[in-house]
Amino acid sequence: MNQELFTERGEKRWRAFEDRLKAIEIDKKPGSRDFSLLYRSVCHDLALARQRLFDAHLIDRLNGLALRGHQHLYKTPTGGFSRVTDFCVRGLPIAIRAEVRFVLVAALLFYGSGMALALSIQWFPELVYSVLDPSMVASLEAMYDPESAHHLRPRGYDSDAAMFGFYIRNNVTIGFRTFASGVFAGIGSLFFILYNGVVLGAVAGHLHHIGFGRTFSSFVIGHGALELQAIVLSAAAGLRLGWPILAPGHHRRLDALRLGAKRAVPLVYGAFGLFVGAAVLEAFWSSSVLVPHNVKYGVGAILWLLVGFYFVSPGRNHGP
Amino acid sequence: MLDTVHQVETPEGVDLDLRVAGPPVRFVAWLLDWLVRLVAAFVIAIPLFMFGGFGLGAFLLVMFVLEELYPILFEVLSNGSTPGKKALGLHVVHADGTPVGWVSSVLRNLLRTADLLPTVYAFGLISMLFTKSFQRLGDLAAGTLVVYRDEARSKEVVANAEPRPAPVGLRLAEQRAVIAFGQRGPQLSPARTRELAELAAPLLDAEPTQISEPIAYLYGIAAWLIGRRGKAL
Repeated sequence: MNQELFTERGEKRWRAFEDRLKAIEIDKKPGSRDFSLLYRSVCHDLALARQRLFDAHLIDRLNGLALRGHQHLYKTPTGGFSRVTDFCVRGLPIAIRAEVRFVLVAALLFYGSGMALALSIQWFPELVYSVLDPSMVASLEAMYDPESAHHLRPRGYDSDAAMFGFYIRNNVTIGFRTFASGVFAGIGSLFFILYNGVVLGAVAGHLHHIGFGRTFSSFVIGHGALELQAIVLSAAAGLRLGWPILAPGHHRRLDALRLGAKRAVPLVYGAFGLFVGAAVLEAFWSSSVLVPHNVKYGVGAILWLLVGFYFVSPGRNHGP
Repeated sequence: MLDTVHQVETPEGVDLDLRVAGPPVRFVAWLLDWLVRLVAAFVIAIPLFMFGGFGLGAFLLVMFVLEELYPILFEVLSNGSTPGKKALGLHVVHADGTPVGWVSSVLRNLLRTADLLPTVYAFGLISMLFTKSFQRLGDLAAGTLVVYRDEARSKEVVANAEPRPAPVGLRLAEQRAVIAFGQRGPQLSPARTRELAELAAPLLDAEPTQISEPIAYLYGIAAWLIGRRGKAL
């Protein structure tokens, strides 16, 4: 069969298939019943046209049709709202437990370095100046001074809203950076998690040492329950991303990276959600001067328990 | 042969050709997207700043969306193309040719940070130059490619000549070489064009009398191969 005859016989099928494609692409209709039948015949025609050395324009046309068909047929379904709620209800805790090694390493580094520094500052107070520069220390002292006037005067709702926008942009972006820099065999994530641990440890240790601990801890305890865990999850995701480069197992390094990266994404989603929750609390709850310290401690403790329970419990009966 | 075709074998057992996009065109797409975001930020900012603190908070949220979520949302919800990519006929697909989804789009766009290092996308560029399908680090981790939409190819033009069929069957790669000659020949110096044509024409198994004008002869075959029939235009 020469090319003219081949084109003549195929033309009707190809036109029909193109109509089906347009119906899906432009009118967003679901695929019709004969879609896969037509798709297979186009694939067949393409293979034949290649084999018989037909002209480039014909092969290109069939290649284009087959490619578009392939994309519709083998598309990964992007689930709707139910996938999101399912992820929140049990997907995230399951993912955290599946990657528990990375989460624990990140948590140990973060809380370990933070506590080590906070404790050392109790005996060697000048240590804070090797971590934070003096102007930073001075502004922290001003911010958490219990005698300071701004702890007595409520902040306007509109500046709460401004801070909310700031927390989202700043913290989530840092979380994303912590994750992304893990692609270099985890080194970037290690740096960020240790850096954050050391700086936060220095801040907490110093403020406690000079006796401002109560204003500081009542401020951070609420949103800290979410935000500190979000930092840990960002770093855990980064380590999950970078680890296969060091230990690819039975795969080529590149394939190992790709497979590991997929498993890191749920942790990134989790970190994102926790950061957003933390930003809401930090902007509208933690900074409120109308709530007494003891209520903040109580609510903070409940939040820590809830987050812990959430990580450990939901989805145990559902398998991975 | 230096080529930018990425082949995918489908479950039906046929090979599909994807044409991957190189760094220059992707840079232009990035630049267009940057402009779109800049304009959007300005347009949105002006009314928001009339609302004091609320406006500032909302503006910072908008900035976050434009900086971090813009490429992800467009790639997943708009057939793999941000506006910049769409303007240049590019889109993002998985390495197996299927459309990009949430997980891979999130990965390739968050890892942009790593590609940006140490400065001006240096790691990304190095990675693109060392991989066969121009993948930056984000693409490698996500298993994605940036490819041309197939419509781009139908706009091919070749030098004007009377279309004639090739005397022997040509494999697709050979056909592409002849078509490329038809496209680029007129931009070369006449002597170089002639030299190339004389190298190639005998390979097409032509009658010696036919190749007195090897350039026009090859242009004719190129015109035929892209589907032109009849007389010269």
